[in-house]
Amino acid sequence: MQLTYLIRRLAFLVFVVWSAITLLFFLPRLSPINPVRERFAELQRSTGWAPRDLERLVKVYEVKFGLNKPLHEQYLEYMGSLLRGDLGYSIMRYPRTVGDLIAQALPWTIGLLTVTTLLTFAIGTGIGALAAWPRSPQWVKGMVTPLVVLAAIPPYLLGLLLIYFVAFRAKLLPMGGAYTLGRFAEPELSMPFLLDVARHAILPALSLILSTVGFWALGMRGMGVTVQGEDYVTFAEHKGLDLSRIFYAYYVRNAILPQVTALALAFGSIVSSGILVEYLYGFPGLGSLLNAAILANDFFVIYGIGLITILAVAVSMMVVDLLYPLLDPRIRYTRA
Amino acid sequence: MTANAMPVLRVRDLRVTYYTDAGRVAAVNGVSFDLAPGERLGLVGESGCGKSTLALALMRMIKPPGRIESGSAVVRTAQGEIDLLTLDEAAMRKVRLSVISYIPQGAMNALNPVLRVEQQMLDALQAHMPQMPRREMLARAEAALESVELSRDVLRRYPHELSGGMKQRVCIAIGILLSPRVIIADEPTSALDVVVQRQVMETLRRVQEQLGASLILIGHDMGLMAQVAHRVAVMYAGQFVEISPVHAMFTQPLHPYAQALIQSLPRLENRGVFHGLPGMAPSLLRLPSGCAFHPRCAYVMDACRREAPPTVSTPDGRLVQCYLYAAAKEGESAAMQERASPQPQEGMRA
Amino acid sequence: MELALDPHAPVTQPSQLTLVLRYLRRNPSLVVGVLLLLFLVGFGAIGSLLIDTSTRAYPLAAPPVQPPSAQYPLGTDRDGRDLLAVMVRGVLLTGAVGLMAGTVGIVVGTVVGFLAGYFGGWVDAVIRWLTEVLMTIPPLVLQVIVASTIVDKNKVTIFTMAGVASVLAWMGTARMVRAQVLSLRERAFVSMARLSGMGDLEIIFRELMPNMLPYLAASFVGAVMGAIGASFGLEALGLGPVREPTIGMTIRWAVYHSAIFNQWWWWVLWPVLALILIFASLALINRGLDELANPRVRRTE
Repeated sequence: MQLTYLIRRLAFLVFVVWSAITLLFFLPRLSPINPVRERFAELQRSTGWAPRDLERLVKVYEVKFGLNKPLHEQYLEYMGSLLRGDLGYSIMRYPRTVGDLIAQALPWTIGLLTVTTLLTFAIGTGIGALAAWPRSPQWVKGMVTPLVVLAAIPPYLLGLLLIYFVAFRAKLLPMGGAYTLGRFAEPELSMPFLLDVARHAILPALSLILSTVGFWALGMRGMGVTVQGEDYVTFAEHKGLDLSRIFYAYYVRNAILPQVTALALAFGSIVSSGILVEYLYGFPGLGSLLNAAILANDFFVIYGIGLITILAVAVSMMVVDLLYPLLDPRIRYTRA
Repeated sequence: MTANAMPVLRVRDLRVTYYTDAGRVAAVNGVSFDLAPGERLGLVGESGCGKSTLALALMRMIKPPGRIESGSAVVRTAQGEIDLLTLDEAAMRKVRLSVISYIPQGAMNALNPVLRVEQQMLDALQAHMPQMPRREMLARAEAALESVELSRDVLRRYPHELSGGMKQRVCIAIGILLSPRVIIADEPTSALDVVVQRQVMETLRRVQEQLGASLILIGHDMGLMAQVAHRVAVMYAGQFVEISPVHAMFTQPLHPYAQALIQSLPRLENRGVFHGLPGMAPSLLRLPSGCAFHPRCAYVMDACRREAPPTVSTPDGRLVQCYLYAAAKEGESAAMQERASPQPQEGMRA
Repeated sequence: MELALDPHAPVTQPSQLTLVLRYLRRNPSLVVGVLLLLFLVGFGAIGSLLIDTSTRAYPLAAPPVQPPSAQYPLGTDRDGRDLLAVMVRGVLLTGAVGLMAGTVGIVVGTVVGFLAGYFGGWVDAVIRWLTEVLMTIPPLVLQVIVASTIVDKNKVTIFTMAGVASVLAWMGTARMVRAQVLSLRERAFVSMARLSGMGDLEIIFRELMPNMLPYLAASFVGAVMGAIGASFGLEALGLGPVREPTIGMTIRWAVYHSAIFNQWWWWVLWPVLALILIFASLALINRGLDELANPRVRRTE
């Protein structure tokens, strides 16, 4: 039974991912905009350079990117190359491939977002658990509302304020970038370099943390309110257990289950959730790459990033499904 | 109330108030009673009459906006007398389960769904006897399970792998782990089916007798009460209106409310659901003046509307809070009793 | 032993108004949120009466990069927009985008949710598939793709923004409505209505709709908030309406022209504050409504 359920779940997931990828393929091709022509138009606007034989140039490039073939052939080629992990060429940095550009940006994004996601999960879940716990002091319970308001504010705005006050006015931290360009020509594995990276990452991380702690706190508080009223928590108190034991083993242990699911899903979106902040701080991750691609009308890079994010979400959804029975003994996938 | 010379629990003038938006709710409004060693006291009343609040107050588990306003609840133990209501938090935690234990309605959700039964029993032992070796704790847990007729392999199970009846037995096993003096069982058999109810109740009675503990049994199933309790207390609007030995309560209830309660029982069938009481239970927010029962009472007198009646103890050791018997004390006993008595219940025997 | 009622505890039922006021005192989120919103609406409304925003909020209306002064209380930007006029118009435009997308979202979401929940079967299956597909694509990425491929970057209007923002605005509402309908459908009064021969549509509008209104209100605020957030994300990335002084575009231009580095702090600060106020007010209202609709959350307050 368990296996059948998992297989069905996986099949549905594959179906969903395939749908998303297909949507991604047809969306631009049904649009009246021709990416290659846009690119030349952009060049023309910014440099004043006007190719004399624009139409012929467009044709040449269309052939190069395979845009001249019939739609179904393009689709088959597209799916085929995706299966081989080939995301095509970047228009703006031709002849570099999209895969190459993404591979270069991805470690930065993953590094920054993994740290902030784990931190916010821990801090937010802790605050939420305490906020729903009846014995907490009033100021802890009162923390959730400000955090929720903070959570409604895009991290980009908080980032702007931090840049202005902390980096620009107080000059405490660098205003952007991932490391001091003058000191290090290339990323290297050395202590001074890592410290420098950490220093640069503080403000982007802080922007993201401030704006997502509320999400975790609110989720945990909602579950916590339910769980702290459950009979088993009351009974634990009737048994004369220490408050700390009740808090962790009876209350948090049960209330945290949906949070863990949400954490797995959050890992799926780490490649996309920092986009704006990365761009704001000039952090060399996917966000900056996406911004550059938008500016340059580099549709292949945009779709490449889209695909990576879809895959990440899909994989994390699968992980959630596999992980949950381990956390909650009640779930055994007995549904056929 | 003076049931025995040396009660194991003596409750005096217990008052619990809930401070709600709509006003103050006197959920327990001056309750006093004694519990004899080994006695089983049944506590009945409509939902919302304050039964469960009373139980929670004895466990010191009243949470804001509720507050224990006054009173005392003294338990006699081998180490001396303990007033539950004056203990500090830490001392009260030690007393829970070891001196006075609470058995919840366990069929639903009283067990932690993510911990095995074993862990939930060990938690209880660990909290009270941190020095005890694990092996000994396990032996104790097994013994407790055995005494409620569960096999030891229940220890390795999760709550969702147990039936309702088994979960309730686990709750009882936890409740007796430390041989408490007083056990409070709050509707321990509701949500179980009838056959299982009887079996579980039988188990509860047996372990209570083996331990020599006293039992306060809360419920509204009068049939079960008749089967199990020595004495029955009837609660109405936060007060005990009558406490009588079980046989007397079922054959000749004194208080008009108790009479109505008994009369509303179906006759040929033990499973009692009561209905057909005239009027509505009063909102505890707006209690009627005088005797809280007077708007629904068939024997209402002027005095009932003005002032709350005194508690009268009858020669045969019953307690009732009603003017009918306050007058009786002064000599008209026979006539009043005649007037107030309901028809004897034929299908009902204590 | 004393069993009498406590004579010192007269228990009275307070009036309805007192109860409402007491409730509001325990739900300060709602109060503060509504007050903030009223302030913003008032700022936009009164501002448009006093200032000619149709010229002053656009380039070349004033000397460039003036710090706040008596003549330009909030200063001017590099292209010579009067930032006070920009803020007035921006608050209104941003609100308009949010309201349009929110309205589309709630209408589409309600219809879709009703269809899925009420008819179930393959309708539900298709809608579930669609939401799962859209959920797999991170919102910002999806919107970037839609915005960058469907419309020409230089011809974006606030209507386009609202359109793109509403691509996802319906999902939350749809999910909520579907769940509500599923639970309401099983209740007695719907079966009663069926037995008495009401048609499906009639049941939906006469019986189900009134029960859902409180949830819809909360979900509308959520949709508006989501739409403003989405359009801000697009604007920050340069996919916004380049000719309109929305708050998001103002921030975009300030960042684009390195306003912070050039010490033109006023160009960044006012729009950031305005957006923070907008989001804070909506978040507080949303939270207040949530608490109102879901009493369970109230308990520990």
